[in-house]
Amino acid sequence: MNHVSHAAATPIIVIHDLVKQFGRFAALRGVSAEFVSGRLYAIVGENGAGKTTLLRSLAGLTRPTRGTISMLGTTDLRSVCRQVGYMAHPSLLYDEMAGMENLRYFARLYGIQDDERCAATITAVGLDPALTRPVGQYSQGMRQRMSLARAMIHDPRILLLDEPFSNVDAHSARQMTHLLKQLRDAGKTIFVVTHQASQLEHAADEFVQMEAGLITRRTRELMMAETP
Amino acid sequence: MIRRTFPILGVLTAVLLSYGLYEALIGAPTEQSMGDVQRIFYYHAPSAWTAFLLFGINFVASVVYLIQRSIKADIIALVTAEVGVVFCTVVLVTGPIWARPVWGIWWTWDIRLTSTLVLWLIYVSYLILRRFSSSGQTPLMAAVIAIFGALDVPLVYFSIRFFRTQHPQPVIGGEGSIDPKMLQVALINWAGFLCFACLVCWSRYRLELLQREVEETEALEALLDSRKAQ
Amino acid sequence: MSAITNVARASLSKDLRLEWRSKDAINSMLFFALLVVVIFSFSFDPTAEESRRIAGGLVWVAFLFAAVVALNQTWARELRNQVLDAYRVSPAPANALFLAKAFGNFIFVIVLETFMTPLFIVFYNLRALGPAYQLLIVSALGTWALVVNGTFFAAMSLRTRSREIMLPLLLFPISIPALLATVEATTAILTGDFSAKFWIVLLAAYNVVFTTACLLLFDTVLNAE
Repeated sequence: MNHVSHAAATPIIVIHDLVKQFGRFAALRGVSAEFVSGRLYAIVGENGAGKTTLLRSLAGLTRPTRGTISMLGTTDLRSVCRQVGYMAHPSLLYDEMAGMENLRYFARLYGIQDDERCAATITAVGLDPALTRPVGQYSQGMRQRMSLARAMIHDPRILLLDEPFSNVDAHSARQMTHLLKQLRDAGKTIFVVTHQASQLEHAADEFVQMEAGLITRRTRELMMAETP
Repeated sequence: MIRRTFPILGVLTAVLLSYGLYEALIGAPTEQSMGDVQRIFYYHAPSAWTAFLLFGINFVASVVYLIQRSIKADIIALVTAEVGVVFCTVVLVTGPIWARPVWGIWWTWDIRLTSTLVLWLIYVSYLILRRFSSSGQTPLMAAVIAIFGALDVPLVYFSIRFFRTQHPQPVIGGEGSIDPKMLQVALINWAGFLCFACLVCWSRYRLELLQREVEETEALEALLDSRKAQ
Repeated sequence: MSAITNVARASLSKDLRLEWRSKDAINSMLFFALLVVVIFSFSFDPTAEESRRIAGGLVWVAFLFAAVVALNQTWARELRNQVLDAYRVSPAPANALFLAKAFGNFIFVIVLETFMTPLFIVFYNLRALGPAYQLLIVSALGTWALVVNGTFFAAMSLRTRSREIMLPLLLFPISIPALLATVEATTAILTGDFSAKFWIVLLAAYNVVFTTACLLLFDTVLNAE
């Protein structure tokens, strides 16, 4: 097993004994891990393995039952929320508004009032900022890209992406993978929760395998045989 | 120590309540104008005092919960609201029973009666919220509502006071000179009610605490089992 | 502070724009308001003098029903696609969202009231005998009193089962003093029998107390999970 060592780089995220309990169900059962800056991590595992809960905890949306997350040197995740972009499984967009309108609104939540920057972000994910159709009428692939644009509008250092490739056609998925690689090369730290690990086979720096609320394996290569 | 306090409190409650009952029915003098029906006062007023005290504790416990997020504060808030609503119900039932023969009407928009009714409504909605909210958030939501309810109390009081002066209505008795013996009996009953309320709250507190411990243990066992299974 | 007003303005204008674009909610609410007025008029057919005395109560109970239906829709748009999560991960203050929603509801309910009031006047032949300008103050204060707590409790009932019924169960008991004050003030102005001043002061106090409480506690409620 080719485990990865992080002796050299200082970690950007340190998770210690993270437990998240939903009533009687434990979604996370004592996760401890360190992640370094400028890498693309693929978090893989079956449904219910705790991938989404881990991502939501990192985004500060879920308060851990026990344990700590330290990000960019602080455990107060709220204070570093400008450095974190979060893309969820649902689109987190208003279906009734056009892409540009959506982005303009979310940019203002970060104190950004810059139409050109919004347009540039939309172009970066491969969409047309002039599109007036409401997001509700987009194809799934377009909506996912728009959702990614929303997550990165404030140029965060850490990107948390939940199933960015689900229901996306092969072409769009390739485009998105390419974009993620570019972002990683620009120094971003990216976490991608996905079922389609093969999509990231040559892009991810590390595959983080989760099972039943624990990180069970971290490898450089995707082990196809064990992730059906 | 605690194991012994509980039966002692139980015995004390029984003694106070039976002595109070004897005094209320036989010991206290008969009221001149109202007659024997006035004796309901010895249960009506102490219930009200007890209910108000319990709601006060509920408020303090809710604030403490919001600050410290302690489970014990939440349980105290829960049990005091439950028991408080019961005493408040006693007040609202005995009030009309007393009013009917004295004033010839069941209900009057008297300030104290009306305020008590609004208080009852607020705390019933508090208990309904506790029942309906999803488990993890119940304590927080309940604490917030308890604070809103407590903030509402002075506003209710002033609005109804002015409302009544707009529409003059008969006033509940008890003002003016009260026979010292009557007051004494009322206070004995109040002491009895307080002990009783303590007793019930205490049992309810222990029950709730055990219940939550059981749930926690079950969750923990499920966690350990699934770890072993790997 | 500027962050709050900035985000609140963005959020409010977004809501108003979307509301204006679809017009679904406002049209159905206006029709609902019309139905309420007509049904009330069937149920009570008083003389001019009587109607003056009971109109305050009638009008505000009708407004209350219309407002609750509107308030229940407050967070519907933020729940679809879980947009609320996008707000929660952003640095935007929670109170900005609350204020935007409360103002949005305020405008919405005021529009409904402006629509319903002439109908009531026609059906009940109302004419104020007291100072009529005070009615504007009373409506503004009374509406804010309903809307500020309504917006807050609607956010709370998001976390409960059967949330539509939960809102009135929480809102009505707490709103009793505000309703009483609004109804009494309206009656005072319509009949001209007594001064509405005390009730207006009480309403203002109610609004100050609960607006403060909402602003202090909304962050806690929004981020509860």
